[in-house]
Amino acid sequence: MWHGFPLRPDQISTIAQGVDHLYYFLTAVDLFFTAGIFLTIFYFAIRYRRRSEDEQPPRIEGNLALEITWSVVPALLCGVMFVWGSSLYIRNSRPPEAATEIFVIGKQWMWHLQHPEGPREINELHVPVGRPIKLTMTSEDVIHDFFVPAFRVKKDVVPGRYSTIWFQATKTGRYRFFCAQYCGTFHSHMTGWVEVMTPEEYEHWLSGGVKTESMAAAGAALYQQFGCVTCHGTGKGPPFTNLYGNPVKLDNGQTVVADDAYLRESILDPSAKIVAGYSPIMPTFRGQISEEQILQIIAYIKSLSTAEGKK
Amino acid sequence: MATAALEPQVEFRTHYLNHAYGIKSWLLTTDHKRIALLYLASVTFFFFVGGAAAVLMRLNLLEPTGSLLEPATYNKLFSMHGIVMIFFFLAPAVPAVLGNFLIPLMIGARDVAFPRLNLLSWYIFMLGGAILMYAVIAGGVDTGWTFYTPLSTSYATGNVVAAAMGVFVSGFSSILTGLNFIVTIHKMRAPGLTWFRLPLFIWSMYATSCIFILAMPVIAITMVLLALERLFHVGIFDPSLGGDPILFQHLFWFFGHPEVYVLILPSMGVISELVPCFSKKRIFGYSFVAFSSVAIAAISFLVWGHHMFVSGQSVYAGLVFSALSFAVAIPSAIKVFNWTATMYKGSVSYSAPMLYAIGFIGLFTMGGLTGLFLASLATDVHLHDTYFVIAHFHYIMVGGAVMGYLGGIHFWWPKMTGRLYPDGWARFAAGVIFVGFNLTFFPQYVLGYLGMPRRYPVYPPEFQVLNVMSTAGASILGIGYLIPLVYLIWSMRYGPPAGQNPWGAKGLEWEKALSPPPPENFEETPVVTEEAYNYG
Amino acid sequence: MSNHAAAVAHQFDDAFQQHDAATLGMWVFLTTEVLFFGGLFTGYTIYRHLYLPAFEAGSHLLDVRFGAANTLILICSSLTMALAVHAAQLGHRKSLMTFLAFTLILGLLFIFIKLAFEWRHDYIEHLVPGINFAPEGETLAAIQARHAPVNYVELFMIFYFIMTGIHALHMVVGVGILTTLLIMAYRGRFSPERCNPIEMAGLYWHFVDIVWIFLFPLLYLIGGRY
Repeated sequence: MWHGFPLRPDQISTIAQGVDHLYYFLTAVDLFFTAGIFLTIFYFAIRYRRRSEDEQPPRIEGNLALEITWSVVPALLCGVMFVWGSSLYIRNSRPPEAATEIFVIGKQWMWHLQHPEGPREINELHVPVGRPIKLTMTSEDVIHDFFVPAFRVKKDVVPGRYSTIWFQATKTGRYRFFCAQYCGTFHSHMTGWVEVMTPEEYEHWLSGGVKTESMAAAGAALYQQFGCVTCHGTGKGPPFTNLYGNPVKLDNGQTVVADDAYLRESILDPSAKIVAGYSPIMPTFRGQISEEQILQIIAYIKSLSTAEGKK
Repeated sequence: MATAALEPQVEFRTHYLNHAYGIKSWLLTTDHKRIALLYLASVTFFFFVGGAAAVLMRLNLLEPTGSLLEPATYNKLFSMHGIVMIFFFLAPAVPAVLGNFLIPLMIGARDVAFPRLNLLSWYIFMLGGAILMYAVIAGGVDTGWTFYTPLSTSYATGNVVAAAMGVFVSGFSSILTGLNFIVTIHKMRAPGLTWFRLPLFIWSMYATSCIFILAMPVIAITMVLLALERLFHVGIFDPSLGGDPILFQHLFWFFGHPEVYVLILPSMGVISELVPCFSKKRIFGYSFVAFSSVAIAAISFLVWGHHMFVSGQSVYAGLVFSALSFAVAIPSAIKVFNWTATMYKGSVSYSAPMLYAIGFIGLFTMGGLTGLFLASLATDVHLHDTYFVIAHFHYIMVGGAVMGYLGGIHFWWPKMTGRLYPDGWARFAAGVIFVGFNLTFFPQYVLGYLGMPRRYPVYPPEFQVLNVMSTAGASILGIGYLIPLVYLIWSMRYGPPAGQNPWGAKGLEWEKALSPPPPENFEETPVVTEEAYNYG
Repeated sequence: MSNHAAAVAHQFDDAFQQHDAATLGMWVFLTTEVLFFGGLFTGYTIYRHLYLPAFEAGSHLLDVRFGAANTLILICSSLTMALAVHAAQLGHRKSLMTFLAFTLILGLLFIFIKLAFEWRHDYIEHLVPGINFAPEGETLAAIQARHAPVNYVELFMIFYFIMTGIHALHMVVGVGILTTLLIMAYRGRFSPERCNPIEMAGLYWHFVDIVWIFLFPLLYLIGGRY
């Protein structure tokens, strides 16, 4: 494949242009100063070249005004860059409320992706254009990193925790994604394609192919299979209805929000946070449950929360 | 012992190179000048080992399919390249070679404060190097120089423990060198040599030594924890065993970022010597250049989090580290402006060391400014772990640190050996290195922006043109580095005698010590009555 | 080199410069040591914050009586070390040897208690991570009573062993130094003008004591025990 000689990666997400504008500004500053320093040096080197061995240049010790100028001007420029870069970053790091969530699991050396509706993919990600997508990511082994250059998004995928990124594609097409965090022998094979489709095509793609149950339905099955129901369905353990996203009071008086990380910890380290009023009898499921199954159970618990139940 | 040096002999004079012969007189020497040469030979060896790895990697990247090497081999090569170049070439290059040779000479001392400790440092360094070479020969290590967990502790197949121990051991060499330099600079200065009369090279070596003693112990204990986790499967960093992999990154970069300033600060000190000498002018803004070294060393301990902007650390931590990373740019900028201003109305000659100095200033400026892209949060998200980082790092480390090292070697070579090298060849080599360097690394900025991740032996075909350019540059650069190796070795035997001060430079090492210096450096303890760089 | 010259190495102008340089060198070395232990303390603090119940449970597995005894022993040894330095500065060879010997014995006693009572006990109770960590019986019940996940208790024990292990390694080095000094003192190598090595060893010894003064409360005491 010959793509000619690109100088800029595709600009396919809503945030890409903002990042690029900052990039151009930084490039302009960079070129200005690099060229300025080089030209000044060359000018001085030629203008003041040594004409005879015994010439005696004037004695110049320094100049306070100059020193202050070339400390303050770069400091101000850096201030501008800092504020610009940080505000963009803060804006880009908050996913919109309405984002569609897709789950990503990295493992040596492939990407597993699952849509809430059920379809699974390996090293391919189908998304609709013009709709915010949030990726919730974790790893089964080492640290990976999900990087889509065309979207200007990147985040480490760390075992033992969830990390998220979001994007909203602006144009249909196929765009590469990479694993950007070195993860072992076949790190460079851990790449794939994001397929940005029109919403209609996406719906069609979701419903086509092999019929799979949704993640929540899979989670509901696991809820039975692992025997969660024997306590959490009978009042011996805290109930799941309207649990997700709401505050939970613990027996040590603290309050935590029941988010993905909390639910994950409660499955793997049940004794770490005990809900007030319940006894710590739950065994750990560490080693018995896969990352994918945990995500499905979380999806199931999430499906039990209604908008009215939001505290 | 010192009486022989007192006799003014033109034809034959006892100096540090000929006052004793034989392998034992070198391996058991406590003379800082001989130890410097031991380091020179060692780091030159490591430089070409690391360089060979880089050449193989670049050759593999000629084709997108990377058909030359197996991915596993490629991974071992870049890991070895990083570990060797950072811990066994750049860290000791300027401090242990030029620093060892010059600090006592520049401050008018007979030796460093603890000469036997100094020799011990070299042996520890060589032991660390031997352990690392064992790790490489016994199958290699494929974790990258960053040793990120849990890859290094639970998944990597190579000799991680041996490599980590190599780094651990060599760290103590740096600690002891730093300790020696700090005490030497504090306690051994000649009468009249106040802090503000010190050459700026001494200031930068002082800042470097402070980083050595504060940062190296942290990597040492981190490497111990890493090795223990790998050997006993205890869960310090591996989340599946209860640990936290991000803690490793914090510990590593708390050392790692000061470490990269250890690599560039000494070369900055070299440039501060070269520019005044070849402009025949006092350095512009002495105290600003001096304090900027100290400021860089201090701030360097507060910026480690900018390596972790995409690791999932909190937004607020990101903001703080971003701001501090911008702050460290200011003292670097001050240095660049002052060096440039030093040339103003000077009497500039273009000997080889000055060409390296000019190359340093330009390339360091470029490298430093591209660092701002990575300090800025929004752009770092895109550029992190891409070739942009590789290009930025090499502009500082190769365009900066190595240029400064070569400039320093060329500048003080007549002092070290008493011989001149062919200046024409030296200038030619400086030009070849400059061109080769830019052709190698400039395309990598573009590659990184396009999104090519680092540590990829196989890459998408649209990146090929730029990779071929980079490989072409690397071969030019490789040749450029071989030329000085040849003529410098040649000059040791056949070079014309240099005389005491071929450059007409200021400083005790040029004005008060012969070339090569006698074993005890000075015929009598010099007394300093004027400022540094008193060129007129 | 003559005996007189042996007192001042060739690179120094006089004994004062040599003494200053040695002292500064020792302090710089101790700074390095602070950072070395600092990495461990940082890791410990972070994990303690993350897994508080497990770290409290882990702390309860240690026997505070031995820790307290060792603290007392080290404080006494610091005193005898300080007296040894004082005796060296005054040139009292007999009392120098006495105090060095006392310090040495106290140091050995510390290592003995650590090995023979604490670590041996941990080994028998299957509490050594990486070797036989598998608490059972009463120990396990005590951990479970605190709702502490066993794998994080193991993390506490990892830090306990690494921190006290590296500290004990420093003690062993210290004992070696003291033995050397004792032999040198016996041979009359020290005088009020030449007692640098004693002073430097004193600084080192006090530093190793201070590390323990931090380790003891961190590992044994702050577990909600008192």
